[in-house]
Amino acid sequence: MVKNMRINSVVSVNVPPSGDKSSSGLICIDELRRTFQVGSEEVHALKGISFSIFEGEFVSIMGTSGSGKSTLLNILGCLDRPTSGEYYIDGIAVSVRSKDELSTLRNRKIGFVFQSYNLLARTSALENVELPLLYNSVISSKERKEKAIRALEQVGLQDRMDHMPNQLSGGQQQRVAIARALVNDPVILLADEATGNLDTRTSYEIMSLFQQLNTEGKTIAFVTHEPDIAVFTDRTIMLRDGHIVKDEPVTAKSAKEALDALPPKDDY
Amino acid sequence: MNFYNLFKIAYTALLRNKTRALLTMLGIIIGISSVIAMVSLGQSSSVSINEQISSMGTNLIMVMRASQRQGGVNIGSGNVQTLTEQDVSAIRQKSNYISMVTPVVNAGGQLVVGSNNWPGSLQGGDVDYLAIRKYEIASGNMFSEQDVRNSAKVCIIGETVRQNLFPDEANPVGQSIRFNKIPFRVIGVLESKGQNSMGQDQDDIVIAPYTTVQKRILAITYIHMIMASAESEDVATTAADEVRNIIRTQHKLKENQEDDFQVRTQQEILQTMGSISGFLTVLLAAIASISLVVGGIGIMNIMYVTVTERTKEIGLRMAIGAHNRDILLQFLTESMILSLVGGIIGIIFGLVLSYVASFLLKWPYIVSASAVGISFLVCAATGIFFGWYPAKRAASLDPINALRYE
Repeated sequence: MVKNMRINSVVSVNVPPSGDKSSSGLICIDELRRTFQVGSEEVHALKGISFSIFEGEFVSIMGTSGSGKSTLLNILGCLDRPTSGEYYIDGIAVSVRSKDELSTLRNRKIGFVFQSYNLLARTSALENVELPLLYNSVISSKERKEKAIRALEQVGLQDRMDHMPNQLSGGQQQRVAIARALVNDPVILLADEATGNLDTRTSYEIMSLFQQLNTEGKTIAFVTHEPDIAVFTDRTIMLRDGHIVKDEPVTAKSAKEALDALPPKDDY
Repeated sequence: MNFYNLFKIAYTALLRNKTRALLTMLGIIIGISSVIAMVSLGQSSSVSINEQISSMGTNLIMVMRASQRQGGVNIGSGNVQTLTEQDVSAIRQKSNYISMVTPVVNAGGQLVVGSNNWPGSLQGGDVDYLAIRKYEIASGNMFSEQDVRNSAKVCIIGETVRQNLFPDEANPVGQSIRFNKIPFRVIGVLESKGQNSMGQDQDDIVIAPYTTVQKRILAITYIHMIMASAESEDVATTAADEVRNIIRTQHKLKENQEDDFQVRTQQEILQTMGSISGFLTVLLAAIASISLVVGGIGIMNIMYVTVTERTKEIGLRMAIGAHNRDILLQFLTESMILSLVGGIIGIIFGLVLSYVASFLLKWPYIVSASAVGISFLVCAATGIFFGWYPAKRAASLDPINALRYE
């Protein structure tokens, strides 16, 4: 009982402590810095960056390795806390939260999609998708199953629910992972090089799925270093050496059209 | 997180690697089943020993000659001649708690019938001898008081003696046996009693009137031993004290003099045997519990391997919202399930094992509820104890590093 009350209190914190920034976007980042201690040396991965992501946006975060985009992703995903500056997600200030509160935030507010899918082996697609809801004690097992089925339908895998990951293609596995990210109805989907392990055709298919989810109202932040994937988003934030060097809206290319423009499948 | 979800997470994780889970459990299964089987067999052996000792005679009290000292030299008990027929009569007359009493005189020698012979011990007793020692007559009769008075040359033989002396005759009553060249007429054959707990063949016996053994074979006037039966088990100790006092009076021993005889009760023998078999039970259980500890370490080992192997899974679980406590509890639950399921299988296996063993050994089958209960608790404790450190390690992983782990 006590545990549930505490979780609810975290979620119900909607009034931001410092007003203006947080009310302006779903995600608000203000003068964010992250410093690591490597041996005796201090490494500044993020050197004071600020931006907001608004509801319904499809943002790509780009940068070469070492640009700080992984660090930014970890902070956006509530896996890490900033050294200084503030990060608001859905109006909740993250930097002051405890580890357990961060876990709850991840469980309720964020959907992760990883490059290597990270599905549990020998576990059916349905059970993989159910997983985040197992860590939410207010959801009954019936509700859990319904939500998981709905999420799998959203990614077009309704006829593959009982398949194990090793019975699915890479693209299908990534769809399961996307369904898993969608199942808790997060405020933002965080994709980390989500097409990095896929061929061009499948990448376009996945991007098309993301675009479709975005049209349905999902806010998506897509971390990538491939410019030809970033063209499918409608805003690009470019990081270099811990600074934002570019943050501009782009006209998104339709992934569906790109898919149709590809030469017909020649591998069978 | 609620317990149902926790349990679901843990057992689906275990089911993903069935062979490993089964092999890990095997350690606990072997440990628990050997503890259960050892304790159960230890207990049934002591019950079996008790039963056999009581079958030697009901509430038996034995008065034996004590070793004596002459001028500081211990001369043993062989030549002591202090016990007499008068002591027996005194017990018979004065005692309130003794129901039956018999003098015992024994002589060793060779038994001969025609071309067959057998080394035997001739037990001389009174008419109550059979009742006190709990022997039954299979065919023929016990000798009478008349035979005792007359020192009649009659005897009753046990089954082993019959088989060796009369291999072709089932009922040798009326036949003659020569014991040290003196002919005895067989008037009865005893019902077989088998071996006693010390492995002695209780059927290798020839019983004759004690007067016959005294006068015709040994030419002595004293007796070797007195056997008596207390009225009930409850008064056995009282009866033994009473017998001791009667004989002390009879032997005219002063307050400060030591007994020149010793009184043994069946219960003392039972206690001695009981303590031996109890010790054995503890010893066997101790050895068996070593294998339980080894089984527990097996769980710990596998849990450590599992944690390393599943680092990425742990990272994912943390990323999608598992608290550190959820991870800790998941791994703890996994090791608990391993040890408890292993324990339950082990208990069943141990019970079956001890059932088969006690059936083959013809011992009574005893289920020790305390052994089962304690084993179960030990299993739970094993799961927690040996699962704790691996679980702790899993929970302390950093989600960022765990996710990147390859």
